Amino acid sequence: MPELTYREAVRDALSRALREDDNVFLMGEDIAEMGGSMAVTQGLLDEFGPKRIRNTPISEMAIVGSGIGAAIQGMRPVVEIMYEDFLTLSMEQLVNQAAKHRTMSGGQVKVPLTIRTQGGAGWSPGAQHAQQLEAWFVHVPGLKVVFASTPEDVRGLLWSAIYDDNPVVFFEHRTLYPLKGEVPEELEPIPLGKARIHRAGEDVTVVATGRLVHDALQAAETAEGEGISVEVVDPRTLLPLDEETIVASVKKTNRCVTAHEAVVRGGFGAELAAVIQHAAFDWLDAPIERVGSKFAPLPFAPVMEQYVVPQVEDVLDAIRRTVARA
Amino acid sequence: MSTVEEKAGSGGGRVSNEGLRGFFREMLLIRRFEEKVEERFRAGELPGFLHVAIGQEAVASGVCAALEREDVIASTHRAHGHSIAKGTPIERIMAELYGKTEGCSHGYGGSMHLYDVDVGNLGANAVVAGGIPGIVGAALAFQMRDEKRVAVAFFGDGATNAGTFHESLNLAQLWKVPAIFVLENNGWAESTPAKQHLPLPVDELGKRALAYGMKLIEADGQDVEAVYLAALAAREHALSGSGPVLLHLRTYRLVGHYVGDPQVYRDKKELEEAKATKDPIELLRARLELSDDEFATLDAEVTAEVEASVEFAKAGTDPKPEDALANVYAPVDA
Repeated sequence: MPELTYREAVRDALSRALREDDNVFLMGEDIAEMGGSMAVTQGLLDEFGPKRIRNTPISEMAIVGSGIGAAIQGMRPVVEIMYEDFLTLSMEQLVNQAAKHRTMSGGQVKVPLTIRTQGGAGWSPGAQHAQQLEAWFVHVPGLKVVFASTPEDVRGLLWSAIYDDNPVVFFEHRTLYPLKGEVPEELEPIPLGKARIHRAGEDVTVVATGRLVHDALQAAETAEGEGISVEVVDPRTLLPLDEETIVASVKKTNRCVTAHEAVVRGGFGAELAAVIQHAAFDWLDAPIERVGSKFAPLPFAPVMEQYVVPQVEDVLDAIRRTVARA
Repeated sequence: MSTVEEKAGSGGGRVSNEGLRGFFREMLLIRRFEEKVEERFRAGELPGFLHVAIGQEAVASGVCAALEREDVIASTHRAHGHSIAKGTPIERIMAELYGKTEGCSHGYGGSMHLYDVDVGNLGANAVVAGGIPGIVGAALAFQMRDEKRVAVAFFGDGATNAGTFHESLNLAQLWKVPAIFVLENNGWAESTPAKQHLPLPVDELGKRALAYGMKLIEADGQDVEAVYLAALAAREHALSGSGPVLLHLRTYRLVGHYVGDPQVYRDKKELEEAKATKDPIELLRARLELSDDEFATLDAEVTAEVEASVEFAKAGTDPKPEDALANVYAPVDA
């Protein structure tokens, strides 16, 4: 199997969709000549030209809004919002328009729009370039929300997002772009709404997203040395959520830790905990532990940033706490 | 729209007498429809929140007559006239206001979210300026596919202060997409008069087009012929590849912001004067020199249509409560 970085895997899904389908086009800030601020769209302008790889003004409302309008007319736009912090500028269009057109019209329109964005801490950008806001969008009926953590997943899920007839907010994690991983020779679409069990275990389930999937896997290795068998599940799609796989895992292990980089309060882990406690109340042997950032805007100084953002050690501590409960 | 050519029948930059009569009938239909809607709302029959556009009928009729069926519009919270003029049968609009499945949005939308995709109505929007960027995208799709269609956004003077408006016009002009931005300038942002929300005289609001290098076309929004001819010119320009148009139409809202609005913020004399001198229907009636009998005949016809639409709506089907969840997502192919 060929090996791609996470960045190349995103680009591969985009290239293939652009090659196969004239309705697919890209819009975003600095995505053409510059190839995107994360270099994801590098080379696409040369192959597909400026009509389909469109640099935009710094106008997040218009980027998302015009994507909505083109999507309703049968195109499959993939728009890039450079940092997920900037999604806040397009919230009106995402929440009031993209998510609601189908219901408001009584099913007359569909909005096959993909909004790619990225975020993630660990490089001291300060408070406005690394937030993890995925939970906001999970609260909005009409949107789908994806957060991919591996090259194979990001490629297969992005393909499915592009070909989904609904607006999909597609989160990539900045620190994962250089991550290498094997991908199938042929692109295999990964259906939205299917979790992935990364590692089987018996004693505790860690449900993790984004970068924390990798931290959870590392924590699981260490825990194994301590005699704790950890199962790591990545929902991959936060909305719709594969409740079945997650609940089945917790019913097997009887303990659960949720882990994401976003702040704990009101984070996606809260939704997971609610779903799990309701569906598996009688199976739980310990309270569900939630791992995430401390409740503060990201500070600049590296020592403070690292303090706020969850690390492998935080996941490990949470695993130990749940297992310690009789 | 089937009624367009019959109604307009223009030649040499003028609209024929017969064409003007067509406009008159449609504008009167919109007026009687909205009056009926107000009446039924006050009687407690209609749920929700209603905004009527009494006084602005010439904008809806004149602009939509210049469009083809395959052209698309995005409307505002004041959407009844645009929807009627773009070709949705009034009984389907009335049924929507009654929350029936026969409604043009099948009971999911209501007055502020009238859709009818078959005739190119992509939806009325309850967020001021919220529908404008989608129109840029629709126009972009037409441009990319080489289709001779235009996309049209209606909005008011209040919307021109929203960031969405500026971002959208900037992008539309940059990419020269075939869009028409219809500035339906009634001089009021809800209860706030232009002098409190615009830093330039209300009649000069079209100047905002200059900031984007955009073509500006202006017309008296109370004169349906002028509106129609201006909209035709706007459509031609938008399709020429030269870029979009800001179509600035100065109009008057002869009613409050919403049905039931006591208009404490508005000078009574100004309102009475506008009603006496700016009513587009009265202006056209005078111009056509309709006799009282002719008017009464037309009025009886459209009033009967409106009454029939109410009967249709009342006899409509209530959605099942659980239908609420039926259209949250488009189905995904297995």
